[in-house]
Amino acid sequence: MAAHSPEQLNQDVLRPLVRTSWRFYLTGGILGSIVLAALAAFIYQVYAGIGVSGLDRPVFWGFYITNFVFWIGISHAGTLISAILRLTDARWRRPVTRCAEAITVFALVIGGMFPIIHLGRPYLFFWLFPYPSERGIWPNFHSPLLWDAFAISTYLTGSSIFLYLPTIPDFALVRDKAKGWRRKFYGFLSLGWTGTPRQWHRLEMAMRIMAVVILPVAVSVHTIVSWDFAMAPVPMWHSTVFGPYFVAGAIFSGIAALIIAMAILRKAFHLEEYLTPFHFDKLGKLLLLMSLVWGYFIVAERLTVWYGNESPEMAVYWSTQQGRFTHLFWFMVFCNLVIPFIILSIKQFRNSITGPVIASTTVVIGMWIERFLIIVPPLERKYLPYSWGTYRPTWVEITITAGTFAAMALLYMIFSKLVPMISVWEMKLGWRQEAESPQLVTSEARLTGAVPSADLPAPEN
Amino acid sequence: MKATYGLYPNPDSAERAMNRLRSRRSALGFEVRDICLAASEPLDEYDLGWREQKTPMPWLAALGGLIGGTSGYLLVSLTQRAYPLPTGNMPIVALWPTGVIVYELTMLGAILTTFISLLISARLPRWRKTVYDPAVSEGKILIGVVNPEEATHADLVKTLLEAGAEQVKEYVSS
Repeated sequence: MAAHSPEQLNQDVLRPLVRTSWRFYLTGGILGSIVLAALAAFIYQVYAGIGVSGLDRPVFWGFYITNFVFWIGISHAGTLISAILRLTDARWRRPVTRCAEAITVFALVIGGMFPIIHLGRPYLFFWLFPYPSERGIWPNFHSPLLWDAFAISTYLTGSSIFLYLPTIPDFALVRDKAKGWRRKFYGFLSLGWTGTPRQWHRLEMAMRIMAVVILPVAVSVHTIVSWDFAMAPVPMWHSTVFGPYFVAGAIFSGIAALIIAMAILRKAFHLEEYLTPFHFDKLGKLLLLMSLVWGYFIVAERLTVWYGNESPEMAVYWSTQQGRFTHLFWFMVFCNLVIPFIILSIKQFRNSITGPVIASTTVVIGMWIERFLIIVPPLERKYLPYSWGTYRPTWVEITITAGTFAAMALLYMIFSKLVPMISVWEMKLGWRQEAESPQLVTSEARLTGAVPSADLPAPEN
Repeated sequence: MKATYGLYPNPDSAERAMNRLRSRRSALGFEVRDICLAASEPLDEYDLGWREQKTPMPWLAALGGLIGGTSGYLLVSLTQRAYPLPTGNMPIVALWPTGVIVYELTMLGAILTTFISLLISARLPRWRKTVYDPAVSEGKILIGVVNPEEATHADLVKTLLEAGAEQVKEYVSS
């Protein structure tokens, strides 16, 4: 590992904020075009009506709600993982947390749009808000859909604050080094931070409280998303296992998204000295663990249904085992269980960055399919066979879905041009603490860059 | 406001400066509260004034949670009674659905209270000019005295330098 220092860290992390290559504009242009195409498809859907999508009786939750559940799941990458790592004082978290927390905020924003996109008349979405009106109606507090609105709003608010708080000192750092409009912009964002003892003490206290509070919120959010399904009398939805099953799946897909985002940031912004193979190894182990947990839930859920042998549930069960969703089901198992297990259980693969990235990519694909298979097959095979049907997505839904992936990448790109993607002050704090406690100078410290190379004792031969 | 401050390369020298300023404050004619400090990272392990800090923030967060939860209950119960839905002889205000909303708003209350109490207690945002030096962002630690007495200014500068200051500077704001 090349020698680096606090000054070098400043330069490396702040460089992307002031220098922009042609690749950034090219990528932004491509992603922006896809987002515009999705916007055009959505406008067409509003103009022509929801009939241009594949949503029809009995399947009214297709791609859109799949995307909703998927993106809310991805949002568990950041705040939840970051809070756990902060509370357990995992030293290797320092270069990772901001990359993770940013994913949460953007994934929530994107996921939160889908309940509105899938409305037949999205321009009347404000009817969902609780306000006294001449219609004399009020949102139904007994409905999990309304619980969703409260849970996601709370999580978005908390995650945005959780992302912003540790960024304040870094905004001050950028302010001190910037000129012109950037100085004013970052001066505003830093709130006039000067780093007095009082400010540091209050910030650390606020971060500790937030980490404690945000964890149960994160768990509740995906539990409540699962209750959108579990509270409904639909075969294979009405299950007590759905809460933990959804939370586990969310953490699983969230870690995968984080690994992919970190790999792209590392390559694009030359952060090789800070986002090291050690971090990918650690996250790879977490991903492997969650893959096995996810597999456990799949087996538990399917085995219980099969053993119960109730005909409505078996109709759904067989549609994913022998019916038209069979290939999709086994492809999902291959993506979420087989590939990650092979790659991440072998140390040589896990220690390379390519291995975890490949596994994460398959997991993201697999988890999107998993959300689809949770939603669509049960709706196609409800209790009464006369209401059975078939769902096929149209180009409108496919375009909007592609647009959300592009929007996520675009938002993340723009964010990474405005905000230091590694917490500079936390890195420096880690270096100093490790340097002052030689017993902490371990191989982990070497790999993570927790101590500037100049301060490390020579490695033993 | 005026200030005289030194820029220190590491926490050890900053701690030395702080101790010397505290011990010589009578001779130099200022109070402990006149000492100013700025750093680019928290220095909890050093005797630089962090240890004296106390804050009711955790209690305020709990209070915020309580207010949030109470608001949640009132929102759900009052509005459900004002706009009753047919529930087939089941309770209009049911325990479990109400609990979910109360839970989420309890957490929201705690989150917002934490953020607001941080802003208030850390005195942010602070747009007025205050004692600061951009070198703090380079890792230097700023320690100085606000509104020092003219008569002992030379002694103050000497004290700051003796403690290991790389530079001693003056800050003047209108």
